[in-house]
Amino acid sequence: MSGMPGATRTGVPTPSRLARWGILGTVGLLFAVPIVAMVEFTLRRGLEGGYSLDRWITVLTFDLGPEYRVLGQAIGNSLVLAAATVALMLVLLVPTMIVVQLKLPQLRRVLEFVCLLPISIPAIVLVVGLAPVYGVISRAAGSGVWTLALAYGIIVLPFAYRAVQSNLDAIDVITLTEAARSLGASWPTVIARVLLPNLRPGLLAGAFISVAVVLGEFTIASLLNRQNLQTALVIVQKDDPFIAVIVTLISLLVAVGLLLVIGAIGRGTTRRTS
Amino acid sequence: MNDLIDRTDTGSLRVAAPVAFVDVVKRFPGGTTALDGISLELAPGELVALLGPSGCGKTTALRVLAGLERADEGHILIDGVDVIGTPTNKRDIGMVFQSYSLFPHLTSLQNVEFGLRMRGVAAAERRRRAAEALELVGLDHHGARYAHQLSGGQQQRVALARALVTRPRVLLLDEPLSALDAKVRVQLREQIRGIQTELGITTVFVTHDQEEALAVADRVAVMRAGRIEQIGTPEELYARPASAFVADFVGLSNRLPGTVAEGAVIVGTQRLPLIDPAVAAGAAIALVRPEDVVFAAAGDADARPAVVLTTSFLGSLRRTRVRLDDGAELTVQHEVGRHPVPGEAVHVRLTARPVAVAPA
Repeated sequence: MSGMPGATRTGVPTPSRLARWGILGTVGLLFAVPIVAMVEFTLRRGLEGGYSLDRWITVLTFDLGPEYRVLGQAIGNSLVLAAATVALMLVLLVPTMIVVQLKLPQLRRVLEFVCLLPISIPAIVLVVGLAPVYGVISRAAGSGVWTLALAYGIIVLPFAYRAVQSNLDAIDVITLTEAARSLGASWPTVIARVLLPNLRPGLLAGAFISVAVVLGEFTIASLLNRQNLQTALVIVQKDDPFIAVIVTLISLLVAVGLLLVIGAIGRGTTRRTS
Repeated sequence: MNDLIDRTDTGSLRVAAPVAFVDVVKRFPGGTTALDGISLELAPGELVALLGPSGCGKTTALRVLAGLERADEGHILIDGVDVIGTPTNKRDIGMVFQSYSLFPHLTSLQNVEFGLRMRGVAAAERRRRAAEALELVGLDHHGARYAHQLSGGQQQRVALARALVTRPRVLLLDEPLSALDAKVRVQLREQIRGIQTELGITTVFVTHDQEEALAVADRVAVMRAGRIEQIGTPEELYARPASAFVADFVGLSNRLPGTVAEGAVIVGTQRLPLIDPAVAAGAAIALVRPEDVVFAAAGDADARPAVVLTTSFLGSLRRTRVRLDDGAELTVQHEVGRHPVPGEAVHVRLTARPVAVAPA
């Protein structure tokens, strides 16, 4: 059967080459049309007609007027938030997952449920719950932009959890830990010298996907009156939609770049564990 | 208690053995008793195999000795010191696991160096000793390879080198050969035995494979339901099993109904001496080894007619399954020169060697 078109070795039928290219082309068009339209929009000269790279050059050379200062500040905020969210994930989620994997496997399903829960709760519902909590946080720790990372730590949970858990599943954590312990390693050494190096692909993937989520987040920041890249883009868009679209395209490129890095890491992991 | 373990007048333990289990009990949540008061001591440089079926407690015993499981009662002594409260990393053990346990991010050489690094050995000395350990297991040219670049047998040999390089007080082998194919398994078990004898390291070897246990161990402890059923040399276990379970588990046994009377068991017209003459009189099942069943001529005394069912060539010997006239089936172990054919009418008889019996 393996040599027959349209069937795999397991006998499960697969689409023909033509059908596959058809599906790929349709999906590609769906993504490409709005992006191409956005690019075309940013290149328009305006009333005089024609196309120009002037606006792109202005953005890429940071030659923007003072009215766009909000954009620079928002990018800074988003980067701080991304770093704080990744730090939260590394400090809270990863050790918890390791402890559950090693010592409390009966809690794994509970942890998985809790971590995947945010994906099923709309951001607006989360904000309704978070608003009073942020009242307390503001009184206790001020209203610095970094505090938004506490909420972002929740919304990135499903993505970070899956990335780290798939890595945990790919290595025999228990045997590696016991082997290291039998060789004289203390618990901190086991984590630092054995587990973390082997979890690196999962941690990197979790971190990159968290950064991508944080860079694209709008609802929570807007409803909690914080400023990040997405909320700033809305403000900028009112003055100059061209600049807003250019910055959106650049952030999209960054997100695609991150996803490509995650894919490359994933392929590396597969090779190593096979 | 035994020769190597006793108590002083004050009740503290006095132990001459390098490794000892003293009345160790381990219960798991849910009420399973994995170890039901086992006591066992190893002589210096001895290799003891813990042998038994799945769930008998052999791996739990090893894990308790390693500190990977906590004993509920009893004592674990290494070099006379009770280590029951000592964490695994302070017990000075070397361990090889059933599943491949090499650290995937390190090369073979770095894996072997790991234990030395934990003990603060200087880098140059570390590399020298790790290279020596790899040479000991015949992998001195594989130091730069990662686990995924090694075969299963090679990975276990690196794991053995890693366990030995720190010169531990006791070497623990948890079914290290069970994931390997048959040929590599035999080669590696011989290599393990050779290295263990050469280094004189006290070793506990857990296995469910009786052939493996008999081949490598100085003594074998047969375990059942958390207890040690019998401990002895491979020859003792095979020739004088203490119970029907041991006779059944160690080697093959034919089960023949008979009657115990006056220190022997009567099977058909034959009277076979008992390994344990104290067995109560009455109906019993005699456990007869295949090599104690022989082909006989039709007119021989005690010869019984039988029909050949199947025959298997096993290299240096052949095993043939026959059905007696009363319907009982027997395995006969014989030399390869004889070629029984299924359906062939033959005669068999039992040799008069001592046998174990099981309750009828």
